[in-house]
Parts: sequence; structure tokens; C-alpha cells
Amino acid sequence: MTTATRPILMKGNEAMAEAAVQAGCDAYFGYPITPQAELLEWMARRMPELGRVFIQAESELGAINMALGAAAAGARVLVSSSSPGISLMAEAMSYMAGSELPVVLINVMRGGPGLGSIGASQSDYFQATKGHGHGDYRVPVLAPSSIAEAVGMVADAFEIAERYRTPVMILTDGVMGQAMEPVVPAYRTPPRLSETWSLSGADGREPRVVRSLNLKPDDLEVHNVALQAKFATISEHEVRWAGEHLDDAEIAVVAYGTAARVARTAIERAREHGLPVGIFRPITLWPFPSAELAALAPRLRAILVLELSSGQMVEDVRLAVEGRAPVFFHGRTGGMVPTPGEVVDELRRAWATTIPIDDPAWVDEAAAEPDPLSLIEQGAWAATGIGR
Amino acid sequence: MSTMTPESRRIIYRRPDALADKSTHYCPGCGHGIVHRVVAELLDELDLTARTIGVASVGCSVFAYDYFTVDFVESPHGRAPAVATGVRRMRPDAFVFTYQGDGDLAAIGAAEIVGAAARGERFSVIFVNNGIYGMTGGQMAPTTLLGQRTSSSPLGRDAALAGYPIPITEMLALMPGVSYAARGSIADPPSVGRTKAFLRRAFENQVSGEGMSIVEILSTCPVGWGLTPTESMEHVARDVVKTYPLGVLVDRRKDAAARSAEG
Repeated sequence: MTTATRPILMKGNEAMAEAAVQAGCDAYFGYPITPQAELLEWMARRMPELGRVFIQAESELGAINMALGAAAAGARVLVSSSSPGISLMAEAMSYMAGSELPVVLINVMRGGPGLGSIGASQSDYFQATKGHGHGDYRVPVLAPSSIAEAVGMVADAFEIAERYRTPVMILTDGVMGQAMEPVVPAYRTPPRLSETWSLSGADGREPRVVRSLNLKPDDLEVHNVALQAKFATISEHEVRWAGEHLDDAEIAVVAYGTAARVARTAIERAREHGLPVGIFRPITLWPFPSAELAALAPRLRAILVLELSSGQMVEDVRLAVEGRAPVFFHGRTGGMVPTPGEVVDELRRAWATTIPIDDPAWVDEAAAEPDPLSLIEQGAWAATGIGR
Repeated sequence: MSTMTPESRRIIYRRPDALADKSTHYCPGCGHGIVHRVVAELLDELDLTARTIGVASVGCSVFAYDYFTVDFVESPHGRAPAVATGVRRMRPDAFVFTYQGDGDLAAIGAAEIVGAAARGERFSVIFVNNGIYGMTGGQMAPTTLLGQRTSSSPLGRDAALAGYPIPITEMLALMPGVSYAARGSIADPPSVGRTKAFLRRAFENQVSGEGMSIVEILSTCPVGWGLTPTESMEHVARDVVKTYPLGVLVDRRKDAAARSAEG
């Protein structure tokens, strides 16, 4: 473990790669795709020099299935790609979720759909958080909003993957992958857990099988119920989020990753203009910090969801808030990143079109609303013209 | 009348340790049972059982993990060579084999087998070719013979519509990363014996650190073919071998030995 404390300048892709190396990653499998190619290149040099496994696969299908095999053999495995490559990996992600194999997958998102662009995007939120491949499963998704945070998150991701025997995704984007930021190279190596499932040859013990096939529906249901119980435990224990300036905020910007970075600049400007705005930043996108956001919502005049997409996380925000506060959305797509000025404009719009939460007139108006029954009792209904 | 004493009894045929004491789900006349047994015999004879990790692929043989007494991982359809790559690289001391059908290896998994062959991955491929997709109801595979009727080529495979059978083992034999490639069959006892010799050579290649070794085994699917078990065996011996000739396709270790003897 490195103990350096002086910050050094690192590119996001390379910082995440080195964090994985330092976290004790045994095997890396990848395939070239922008904007994550530097991650593959970093591992191509570092892993062999440490006597560890590195393979540039024939495709993303190859890479993720090599990861499946290595994970089944007990390896701490990292795979990385970007959006189109992640689509190809969906099949094996489902198999690994079903087979309960720990693996960390980094998605450095680019603009879609299709081949799209290589600009930063958050348009794979649905794919990442709603299962990714086929079948009834969830995968923990961690979303860093700085390179320093991403470095710490890599070790956390391995730890969560191994603790729960599940794939874990780090969902980041082209800006985070390509930008350089100061990073304190103080890495963490999670301890290895003892386990009794990985494959090493059945020497003096019963044979082990790593599989997702349960052809009998009653067997598969038992397996699925156990998986869902695991997902419930993850939801209970692994939710992460960060708040800034929420104590006095009347509007909260909900944003993650690069969008949260834009939001931070935007709320500083908005506050200079007297708008009381804060940030609610989900760090785990699944499990989503729904309860925390729901608790905050009644204190808010409005919520503005900011994404580098046409609006994906906003659905989870609306589900969490359940109408307790009006939810606005602003997004840019295709690799375009919103400017802080755009966000301030949206905040002004939200402010201008919502009712102040402590507006006495609003409260009085509600209280002053006459009860129709009392009107009838008073005979006043005749005066309204009803029943004439 | 003489009776044998217990001391004079000799076991000449028994279930190999590597084969589980279970009845299989395979149909009557299916070749998987024979191939399973031959593989299990070799794992025992070469003392590999305790360090073997098998990779089961999608198709009827996915349940191989129930029939061998070795560690097994299930692979997505066609991806067994990639899965085996991950296993073997992580466990350099293990003996690793994939067990794949022809739809799995030659169609959906063509990229994965070629990639692994190009890298010269040190595992063995048991490639069971029955010319159709047996598990899903007998549809046409890339290996289906020209003119062969299947549930998705009901008038017979027409090259103009569905192309030609893929000689994938010949293709793989061209690659320097493949140390050994051979094709056998299970159509009759002598063929089973030859197939076992091919598999032995393939397994020994892996043990001695050579690149990928592959043995294609022409097998049967009486239910999918609409033939009796006996007719199926005869069909392999008489017809299938015309498209897929039996024999060793490449043996680089032997070739190298011959060259050094000459040199």
C-alpha cells in the first residue's frame, strides 16, 4: 500500500486503473474503446510487471466472460469499457449476478444511442441501475464526481463485490475519464474474505459448481428469493449520498458525477444571486438514496434534476419524492455538458414558478378554502347558483 | 465345478472416479454419455481429476457439471473459451477443459474460440459435433450437412440459402496457437478407442504446457435427426465422415520432434 500524501496530477482513467492495481486486482480484461482506452493501456503495463493477469480480449464479450471465469476461480477482477462495449457485456453481467460472482466493472460513459459520440454522457443510467442484462437482478452502482473520489471508490467497489458476491459497477463518464485532477495517491487494499465457493480443483473436497441455471421453476424461485433478500440487504446498508448547502436550501439540485460538478458551480452563482440552493448528490445510484431524498423533499420549494441525458435518474427522483415537492429537469445529451449559466437559468425558472414553502398567503389560502358541506349547511349554496 | 475366489477377481470395467454415480438426462443413443465416460477415464488415468476445472457451455451438455466429480463453471452460450481463459490464467496449475457443442462453438462462439486459439490458451476443447441444435429441438447448425433436413431447414440445407458446413476444426488447426487438433467419432467401438487416443494426446499437451488442444467428436442426436440410435451411429460412420474426415489435423509437438530428429 502506498502511503504518499502529496497530491499528484492524474488522469481519471489512469487513476482508477492504478487504484485497482493497488487494491489487489488479480486480473484485468478489456477491449479498446474511447473514452476509457487509457485504463486498458495502464493495466497493459502494470499488471504484467506485477505478474498479474492482463488480457486484451477479442471483444467485450470475450473480456467480460474471461472475468466470469477468473472470478469463478477466486480472482479479484476488474473490467472496463464504455457504453457500446457495456451493452455487449450485459449478457455476462446477468450470468454473474445469477451465479453470484464478484467483479468490478467500470463504465466510462459516452454519448448514445448506437455508436453515438465519444463525449461525456450519463445516458446509461437506466442500463446501469435497472439491471443491465436480462433477468430479475440488481447491481450496486457507484458514481464518483471527482477523480479523487473515484480512486477511493475502486477499493470500496471490490469490497462490496466480495462481501455480497455480486458484480459492482462504477458509473462514470468521458469527462471524469479524460480530465486530470490532483489525487493523493494513498490507496487501500481491502482484506480478502475467506470463502468456500471458488473453483480450484476438487482436491480432498466435494466438487463445486458455479452456475446460474436452475431448470426447475421451484428451484429457481428459491434462488431468486435468496438473491432478492441479498439486494434488500444491500439497499439497507450500502446507500451513499452527499449533501452540500442543504441546511437552508429551498431548492435542491439532484445530480451525480460530472453533472454534480457543474451543479456545484451553478449553486455558488445562484447563491450570489440570493437563491437558497443546495445539492443532493447520490453516490450510489443503486441502491438509490430514496428515503433520504424523500425526507428532504417536504422542506423544499422545488427540486431540479440535472443530468447529461434526456432524463433518466429523474424517474427515480420522482418515485422517491412522490409529489412532496415539484420536480424539474434539465439535461443535455450527445456529449454536450450544460454550463453553470444554463443551470442558474433553470433554477430561476423553478424559483419563479413555484410557491414559497413558508408563504403565509399559500397557507392561509388553503385554510380559507370553504368546506362545501358547511356551505350547504349555511344555505349558502343557493347563492352560488348551484341547484337553481 | 470351480468357483472364483475373491482374490482371483479382477475389475476390468467400472465407473471412473471422475464420473458421478448418476443417471444422465441424455436421450437414448445420444453420444454425450460415451464422450463423458471417455473424458472421465482419461482424467483418472492421467491423475487430473483433483485439479480439473471444467467449463460447461449452453446446450444439452450444460449439465456436464452434474456428471463429473470435478469443479465446474457454467458459461454463457458460446463463451466457454473466454471463461476457460479466465479460469486457466488465474489457476495456472489447474487442468481446464471446455465441453462445447457445434452450435455453441462454431456459430455463436466462433469469435471466442478463434480468440482463445490465437492466444494459444492452455486448455483443452472437447468439441462435440452432432450437426444440429439438439436442446432447442433440432434446428440447423453451422455444421449441418448439405441437404440435411432439420426443423429450421425443413427442405434440407440449401447452400444457396444457408451456406456451407463450417470446417472449424480445420480452420483452427491452421493457427499457431493450437498445438493439437484432431477429429474422432463415437460411431463404433474402434472409433471410440481412437477418439480416446486423440483426447489423451490433447490432454497431455495441456499438461506439458502446450497451447490449445482441440478434439472434435462426431456424435449423434437420434431424437433431433429422427433416426433410431443404431441408424444414427451408421449415419455418422457412413455419411457425416464424408464432410468431416477423421484423423489428426495438426500435432505441433510431434512435428517439432520430427524436425529436430531430422535436423
